[in-house]
Order: sequence, then structure tokens, then C-alpha cells
Amino acid sequence: MKKLASLLVLTAVFVVSGFATDVPTPYKIGDKATDFRLKSVDGKMYSMADYKDAKGFIVVFTCNHCPFAVKYEDRINDLSKKYKSKGYILLAINPNDPALEPTDSYELMKVRAKEKGFAFPYLFDDGQKIYPQYGATKTPHVFLLDKNQIVKYIGAIDDNVDSAADVKEKYLENAIAALESGRTPSPETTKAIGCSIKAKK
Amino acid sequence: MKYILCFSFLFLLSNTIQAQNVAVFDNYSSLKKEILSDKNTIYVVNFWATWCGPCVKELPRFEQLNSENKNIKVVLVSLDFKNTLESKLKPFLKKKNIKSEVVLLTDTDYNSWLPQVDKEWSGSIPATLIIKNGQQFFAEKIFSSYTELNQYVNKFTN
Repeated sequence: MKKLASLLVLTAVFVVSGFATDVPTPYKIGDKATDFRLKSVDGKMYSMADYKDAKGFIVVFTCNHCPFAVKYEDRINDLSKKYKSKGYILLAINPNDPALEPTDSYELMKVRAKEKGFAFPYLFDDGQKIYPQYGATKTPHVFLLDKNQIVKYIGAIDDNVDSAADVKEKYLENAIAALESGRTPSPETTKAIGCSIKAKK
Repeated sequence: MKYILCFSFLFLLSNTIQAQNVAVFDNYSSLKKEILSDKNTIYVVNFWATWCGPCVKELPRFEQLNSENKNIKVVLVSLDFKNTLESKLKPFLKKKNIKSEVVLLTDTDYNSWLPQVDKEWSGSIPATLIIKNGQQFFAEKIFSSYTELNQYVNKFTN
């Protein structure tokens, strides 16, 4: 009987892990996020490990083509400047396959970063290895990590894509403030509309 | 000359009749109450926007569904930005000659209303909701052909 039970458990583990290899489970609050080594528009490679003194990381999946992402460009840029001095490093990652969305090519990322004066590394998820591990589904999609790369907040930057002036709740900034004072962000996750990430099926 | 004038008048008139009148809602619950609440109707609700490439590609499949499947009613909920109703959405509907009902939902407090559609919805579009007898079936995906969409809809509605 014991043998049968352990066989069942083994089978269950096998079946579950068998499914898990296809699509990684999206990160939940409390998960440890993977580091990456991706090329930015300046031609250099960036990893979270490069920032030894960081108090946390703001990982933003964003891109050139998506009007939703474009509406947030200036806000993302301002956030990166504001929080760098406080020890929170903003890293933007373009997760799209340029074969499907030519506007999101590495070359055009360079152009956009220059036009807008991006003050943050704008990284290209070459081969689309990173976004599925995070479970990003759209642009923009934000993951706030603490210094140990534990996921603390997932979702939107704020509650008004149309107008920064009319924002009522700054979800991301509130979450960072919570981390700063050792509290749990509230809310820890938010939902927002965005452009689906472009990947071959 | 008179004929020509008369003809062009008729032409203009018919164009006016054909152009979609887009109802605008600033929150999902009132949209649901006014547009999606008839108990005897099966709704296929597609969330889309003119700026969303995959959505635009998918629209003809919903148009076909609306015209060929008489048991259901397609409602296209546009999530276009409020200030582009006249400049983008209406010209788009006219150009593509969209026949299904189109409404514009301008509520940008997504975190409040997305979970009302489906608690699993991460927020990417296109996304599609089927409503039948108060039951809801949700899919955050793109239907790559009319056949795929029709089979999916029939699975829940037959």
C-alpha cells in the first residue's frame, strides 16, 4: 500500500512538473524573481546583480508600439529618475518579437530611447526568455522587487492611463513607499488594460 | 441636374443611416445593465481597441459570427481613449463598415472593473466574454479563425 501511495505521489509530481515545463507559472507576490542579462539601447548588458547597493528593482515590461505603453513613457522616465536616488533601480524590458511587431526592434528601441531621453536601461528580451518566467502578459506590466528580488507588487503604474494629472492612486509609488517603511503594499496587485505581448505560437 | 442632386442627397442620407452610433459608458456596471442584461439573449462581448493590432485582425471573425449565427448577439466594447471617439473610432467603424453593435467604455480605473468582467483577466486585449442566462465564460485570447471562434461559442451556447 505504501508503495502504491508513493508511486501515486511520484506520478502526480511527474504529471504536474510535466505541465509546468511548457508554460512557467506566473510570479505571485512573495516569489523570488529571476535575474537576467539583457542588452540595453547603449549596447551594454545589464543584470540586477550589477546593482549591489540597490534597495529594490522596478521591472517594467514595455515597448515602442503600444499606445498604452507610449502614454506611460514620460511617467516611467520620471519614476526612474525619482527613485534611482532612493536606491530603487528601474529596468525596462521590451518583451515583443520584432518579427511580429517591427516597431519593437532593437534598432527602433534605440531611436525611441534617444527621442524621449530615457534615463533608464531599456532592455531587449532577445529570444523572449525572460517575460514568460515573470508571467508578464502585456505592456506595460510592472513588477516591483525588493533587494533580494522578492516580488512585492505586480500590476499597473497608476489608475489613469489617459492623464497623469488626473491620477487618483499611484499604485507603484505607494507600493515603494510601503517597502520603504517595512509595510506590505496595499494593493499588492492591480489589473490594467495593455497590449498583449507579441510572440509566435 | 436635379436627379444628380437628389441622388447625392439620398447617398448622403444612406451614409448617415449606416454610420454607427456609438454609445459611450463611463463605467462597466451601467454598460452591463443597459447593453448586456436581456435574459433571452446570448451575448458575445469582445473587448478591443482600434490601436490594438491583433484585435483589429480579429474583428471580421466577430462580424461574421454576428451575421451568420442568429442565436447570438455580438457586442464590441471599444477601450479606445475617450478623446479619440470622433477622430479614430467612428472613422474606423465607417471605413470597415462594422455592423455589430459598438460601445465605447471610457473607465480607466481598470483595477475596479476588470475583475467584474472576470477575476482572472490580466488586462491584455483582445478578450472575449460570453453571457448566457446569467452565466459567464471568459477567454483572454485571440481567435485565429472564424471556425475557431464559432466552435468556441457553440461549445458554450448549444
